[in-house]
Amino acid sequence: MTVFRRRHAWLGALVALALVFPQLAAWLGQDFYVAFASRVLIWALLASSLNLLVGVGGMVSLGHAAFYGVGAYVVGIVATEAPQLSAALIAWPAAVAVSGLLALAIGAISLRTRGVYFIMITLAFAQMLFYVFVSLKAYGGDDGMAIARRSALPGLNLADEATFYYVVLALFALCLYALARLTASRFGRVLAGIKDNEARMESLGYATFRFKLVAIVISGAVAGLAGALMANLNTYVSPNMLYWDQSGTVLVMVILGGLGSLWGGLAGAGAYLLFEELATAVTPHWQIGLGALLLGVVFFAPAGIAGLFARRRR
Amino acid sequence: MNEILLETRGLAKRFGGLLATDAVSLTIRRGECHALIGPNGAGKTTLVGQLAGTLAPDAGSVLFAGRDVTAYAAHKRAALGLARSFQITSVLAGFSVEENVALAVQAVSGSSFRFWRRVAAEEELSTRALAVLRSVGLERAGGRRAGELSHGEHRQLELALALATRPQLLLLDEPMAGMGLEESQTMVELIAGLKGSHTLLLVEHDMDAVFRLADRISVLVAGRIIASGTGDEIRANPEVRSAYLGEEDAL
Ligand SMILES: Nc1ncnc2c1ncn2[C@@H]1O[C@H](COP(=O)(O)OP(=O)(O)O)[C@@H](O)[C@H]1O
Ligand SMILES: [Mg+2]
Repeated sequence: MTVFRRRHAWLGALVALALVFPQLAAWLGQDFYVAFASRVLIWALLASSLNLLVGVGGMVSLGHAAFYGVGAYVVGIVATEAPQLSAALIAWPAAVAVSGLLALAIGAISLRTRGVYFIMITLAFAQMLFYVFVSLKAYGGDDGMAIARRSALPGLNLADEATFYYVVLALFALCLYALARLTASRFGRVLAGIKDNEARMESLGYATFRFKLVAIVISGAVAGLAGALMANLNTYVSPNMLYWDQSGTVLVMVILGGLGSLWGGLAGAGAYLLFEELATAVTPHWQIGLGALLLGVVFFAPAGIAGLFARRRR
Repeated sequence: MNEILLETRGLAKRFGGLLATDAVSLTIRRGECHALIGPNGAGKTTLVGQLAGTLAPDAGSVLFAGRDVTAYAAHKRAALGLARSFQITSVLAGFSVEENVALAVQAVSGSSFRFWRRVAAEEELSTRALAVLRSVGLERAGGRRAGELSHGEHRQLELALALATRPQLLLLDEPMAGMGLEESQTMVELIAGLKGSHTLLLVEHDMDAVFRLADRISVLVAGRIIASGTGDEIRANPEVRSAYLGEEDAL
């Protein structure tokens, strides 16, 4: 069997599993896992958005939770302030837009720095926003706030876990396809060129700052969508969604799954959450095991989990 | 031939206590091959950096194609047609050779803010990239990773990247640096082939190559241009002879 066909076989099996997952879980009497699968997909979406920044563009951000958390709060705030607008077709695009604009502002400042300074300044922005939401007593302060019900989507009942799962799955598939197109486009090639050798790209005539800024905006907007979905999944938002450990978790997922590879976000989020799920049952100190797993990946599979499945280079 | 393409006025750059560029006023005419020579550490690369826009001068100005570009960033100057090759090879090591050149071609063929169409399917880019690779003798290396090339091939790719942007002015910083005799000769032929169709600023050590290729030569010593003129004028210049070419009997 050719490599090409083998890849399609993998993809086919994955899609088939994703499509029948709710029925499979119900049949096994494990309905709880439908919501879990939604959670995996939302984290996968978030990790994929960060992977565009870190893996493709070489911009290591430790503040990605800011866009995610703000996207979640948009849904939460709309649900309390203007419940009549709490339709998914209004609240979710609003979350995407607000997170994208936030990314534009944070990116315009952060991108004047590089390397460790970029890490620190993105972290600092995210922490600032964390404290902003902690101090917003109207929206629950550090307790966060409950959302009365999930957003409304015409013809669908998102309160039903299986329906919600399919909506999340469709959005994830759509975004992943768009990210794949983007990565293989002119823009994607320039972004990868900037990661490889920014000075050379400048001297070829590329205004690298603008390309990086657009990448951050796209990445932040997709993270905002992930936040909006998570707010719906949990019907709850809290400042913890913006806390720096969340940014760290997504970054770990990206590294675990495979920097710069299309499936890295999904592989990383899946492995991380599955590991967490299984290991917490064994010991509360599951993160020790996670550390070992991460070490193993960094040393033995630097291309991440997705890299293990990827076609071998000559 | 007498139109001035690039001009610097009183350019100065200081690194701490060292005046690396000292009141440099240089003119490059459209169509000429202008060589910049001078001993190691004279400030040639520093000057090239200020022309290309990667280094900001402390004083003076740079005029390119009739416009003051002193405040322009490197990418803006490149977009105006100022291309450079680096003395220390600087390519996209993780990309294939062809992708390297295709990216250079892309920089001058329409917007790069296109997010959907597969760039690898744009035949125009790869056709032109291959043509440039052929012109520098790298057509057989197109599929190799740029990071795996030999030193000589890296130098060829450097030249290809600069050429692919169809520049008005090519700044070549020691294109033969570190090359063997045979490779150097090939490179000299390549550069000779660019004469007439391109305006060149050639920074070079090899005097034979310089006298063969250059229409005019400027001599940089300790940050200052001590002489500018044709090969014969430079050879005859007593200041140049004592300051720089003095011991070279070959002259
Ligand atoms: N970034 C820098 N910081 C400090 N000194 C520098 C820097 N770049 C070059 N120099 C110094 O400036 C002088 C000129 O260097 P350079 O332009 O590389 O000379 P050349 O290319 O003629 O050999 C040298 O003495 C070098 O050490
Ligand atoms: Mg030099």
